[in-house]
Amino acid sequence: MRRLLLAGLVALAPLGAETIVIQNATIMTVSKGTIKNGSVVVRDGKIVDVGEKVMIPEGATRIDAAGQYVIPGIIDCHSHIAVDGSVNEGSVSVSSMVDIKDVINPEDIAIYRALAGGVTTANILHGSANPIGGRTIVLKMRWGKDAQSMIFEGAKPGIKFALGENPKRSGNPQGGRGETTTAARYPATRMGVEDVIREAFNQAKIYKAAWDEYNAKVARGDHPLPPRRDLKLEALKEVLEGNRYVHAHCYRADEILMLIRVADEMGFKIRTFQHVLEGYKVAKEIAAHGAGGSTFSDWWSYKVEAFDAIPYNAALMAKAGIVVSVNSDDAEQMRHLNIEAAKSMKYGGMSETEALAMVTLNPAKQLGIDNRVGSIETGKDADLVIYDKYPLSDYAKVQKVLIDGTVYFDRDKAIAEQAAKDAGKQKLLDKLKQQNQTQQPTGGRRGGRGGESL
Amino acid sequence: MKRLVTALFLIVATVSTAEPRAVAIRNARIVTVSGPAIAKGTVVVRNGVIDAVGENVAIPAGAFVVEGEGLTVYPGLIDALSTLGLGGASAAAAPTGASGRGGRGTQTTTVTTTVPATPAAPAAAATRSMGPEDRPQTTSWEMAADEISPSDSRIPNVRGAGVTTAVTFPTRGIFGGQGAIIDLITGEKPGEMVVVPAAGQYIAISRGSGFGGGMGAGFPSSLMGNIAYIRQIYLDAGHYQAAKEAYEKDPRGAARPAYDRALEGVLASKRILLPANRVVEIDRILRLAAELKQPTILYGLLEAYRPEAAELLKKSGTPVLLSLKWPELPREIDPDNEPTMRSLEAIDKAPSGAAALKKAGVRFALYSDGLEQPRDLQRAVKKAIDAGLSREDAIRALTLSPAEIYGVADKLGSIEKGKIGNLVVTRGDLFDDHTQVVWTIVEGRHYKPVETGPAGGRGAATEEPGGDR
Repeated sequence: MRRLLLAGLVALAPLGAETIVIQNATIMTVSKGTIKNGSVVVRDGKIVDVGEKVMIPEGATRIDAAGQYVIPGIIDCHSHIAVDGSVNEGSVSVSSMVDIKDVINPEDIAIYRALAGGVTTANILHGSANPIGGRTIVLKMRWGKDAQSMIFEGAKPGIKFALGENPKRSGNPQGGRGETTTAARYPATRMGVEDVIREAFNQAKIYKAAWDEYNAKVARGDHPLPPRRDLKLEALKEVLEGNRYVHAHCYRADEILMLIRVADEMGFKIRTFQHVLEGYKVAKEIAAHGAGGSTFSDWWSYKVEAFDAIPYNAALMAKAGIVVSVNSDDAEQMRHLNIEAAKSMKYGGMSETEALAMVTLNPAKQLGIDNRVGSIETGKDADLVIYDKYPLSDYAKVQKVLIDGTVYFDRDKAIAEQAAKDAGKQKLLDKLKQQNQTQQPTGGRRGGRGGESL
Repeated sequence: MKRLVTALFLIVATVSTAEPRAVAIRNARIVTVSGPAIAKGTVVVRNGVIDAVGENVAIPAGAFVVEGEGLTVYPGLIDALSTLGLGGASAAAAPTGASGRGGRGTQTTTVTTTVPATPAAPAAAATRSMGPEDRPQTTSWEMAADEISPSDSRIPNVRGAGVTTAVTFPTRGIFGGQGAIIDLITGEKPGEMVVVPAAGQYIAISRGSGFGGGMGAGFPSSLMGNIAYIRQIYLDAGHYQAAKEAYEKDPRGAARPAYDRALEGVLASKRILLPANRVVEIDRILRLAAELKQPTILYGLLEAYRPEAAELLKKSGTPVLLSLKWPELPREIDPDNEPTMRSLEAIDKAPSGAAALKKAGVRFALYSDGLEQPRDLQRAVKKAIDAGLSREDAIRALTLSPAEIYGVADKLGSIEKGKIGNLVVTRGDLFDDHTQVVWTIVEGRHYKPVETGPAGGRGAATEEPGGDR
């Protein structure tokens, strides 16, 4: 009977529940040093053992990674992939009613490409058109799954803020001056950005007070009419209550200090400063606030407020005690974040582990998910990347990527399948072209569908 | 000569105005849809209603009699989502979205340009929304039934394809207003066409695009903004209703809730129509509909052929309207912007979506999506049949199924005694390449199809210069 029951359990076990052992690899755990010639044991989607000597469970699938390297899945703290439609709701200065969660596109090919670059988790942000932007969401790159299944379970949601050129310019083609074809959108200056944020939080506080009063009445046994739910203010109320992380796009030191002052005044915390290219100038203040810094490695001068950037920024911020990550903000850059991290070994003299942490454990900390991901430790999610060569090098290529113990990218397999895929597509294209030629032209038809579509 | 021909057609088209009280088609094959076909029988329509159908039926004196030898009688076709009768009907709010209306999403934008089924809406900077509480894109209170124009030039065209009934919607903005089910009789008072004045609220969702967003029509300018907009409207409608009820219960000393026609229109709608084409969208919109707790019909359904689509729809029990405007490969392919495998698949397989829905047991109807030329409509349905849909199911998807989806199967959709006398009489099987519609009978009035030239009869009002803002 007992055996029967066990057999039943095995049959019911989900796909990811396979037991996998990655053997003979150099394992860069990030949190607990590097193990030469070690193994990682994965079961039920979790890391169950790491070390030079491990117990290999019977029936485990073995991946021989001799001469190869294993690192924790890469985490990108700033990405805009997998979003359907515009990444900005730029029509208003405060767009906290909109939510990336509503527009996840699990079929965006950029997900697979990020996966092929070793990324297993990404913070998907709204754009930077508004002082207070939309709600954000953390995704795992579970390519092939539906939108809901990509969401990082339990990760605290966030919200995008933006300072400087983008929010003050957006909606104001002439900087707020002169005749515009469309109504100019406030704000048009950095002063205005500050005012919009302060004013929004003043409203949010009133909103919060109304709900607090309502909840108190309900607790007393009254049956009052609830206040009107306001999606815009609801997200800011969550920020005030510490239930939503603020990820603030910024460049200049003065505006970074501005936001810290506003946050202190309003009573909320900034979780991360994003881009933060002048972070090195005010690192002490950022550290004192407790915010993280998520920056570019050496990308600068693409606009005036990015002129003072230096490639030592990440290292200098880290030295001041800030949790620092290096992000992509870009679907292409996302595919080689290992190299982006490595640049801080040259500029700033970071150690290999410190550099690697900037794309693994540190972004995990910034997103509040370091109990689950970011390093190779027993009990953490089996999000792992196998490189053929030393990962902090241009020559390294991703061989396999595991998320929750399931292989989502396999380089050899991908290469082997590509020719057949290309041929299949060409065949279909030829068939459709052929059909086009034999079909009578349909007068007046231009294709298209639905009065509306998504 | 050409003028003379046109004049002749005009005469033919107006011949039917003096109506006998009864119409009978005898010795014809009768496809009742609700029951078995009758190989040789008679249908009598009296006072606009089906009076009798069967093998042995007496024909009333003075009836207009069609000798049905070699002809087939079907229920009149229902176009389940259209704008018929609303051509340029009323002032429009600003069009939605920065990328123009419609479009199938990024994967297929290389393949198609979009032709909305919607009359052109003039872009109006004056209606730019200044924020979420300012809602020029909601005209939920508007009723298509009140705006029907019997002289819409598209009506004789589609009637020539056998369409007797249309579910017609105001499609401006996001909450366009309530649709009406209309019978396509012309030259009458508009109100006489209306079978059901409140068929549900048409909701449009546009994507927005690129990084910019926010220029033009104001909030919302993105897909996520559209969704937040819809969600907030329903939150507001719920709150409004609760506030009104509380006030009615005990008005003394309470603040009077201000009348809000946008929310009244939303609350008055007994069902909503939401767009979804790709599987990703079907998943997304079904979740939204569940959250809104509104009876929902999805429209579009480009990727209905994918197994995931049928599975999602089956699980939710949501009925769908499948667009007959199948995607096509563009004549010229931009080498810098090649179609994706997914979009090629859609071109190849979209017409098989109907068969897939049928097989999965999803309730569905087909709709013209602006195809107005009888031969285009015929060809589009034929494609679905060639891709696996049985002829019977194709006919049902344009008759009884839409009637059921809109809750009017007691009046429309099949040839049964007591139902409204809407019939189409053909020579040949409906939707065959060379089938000829001989008569279209709407509420007992018989119409000969108008001849349509290659470019003729197509109301210019149906074209919108897409995305020119």
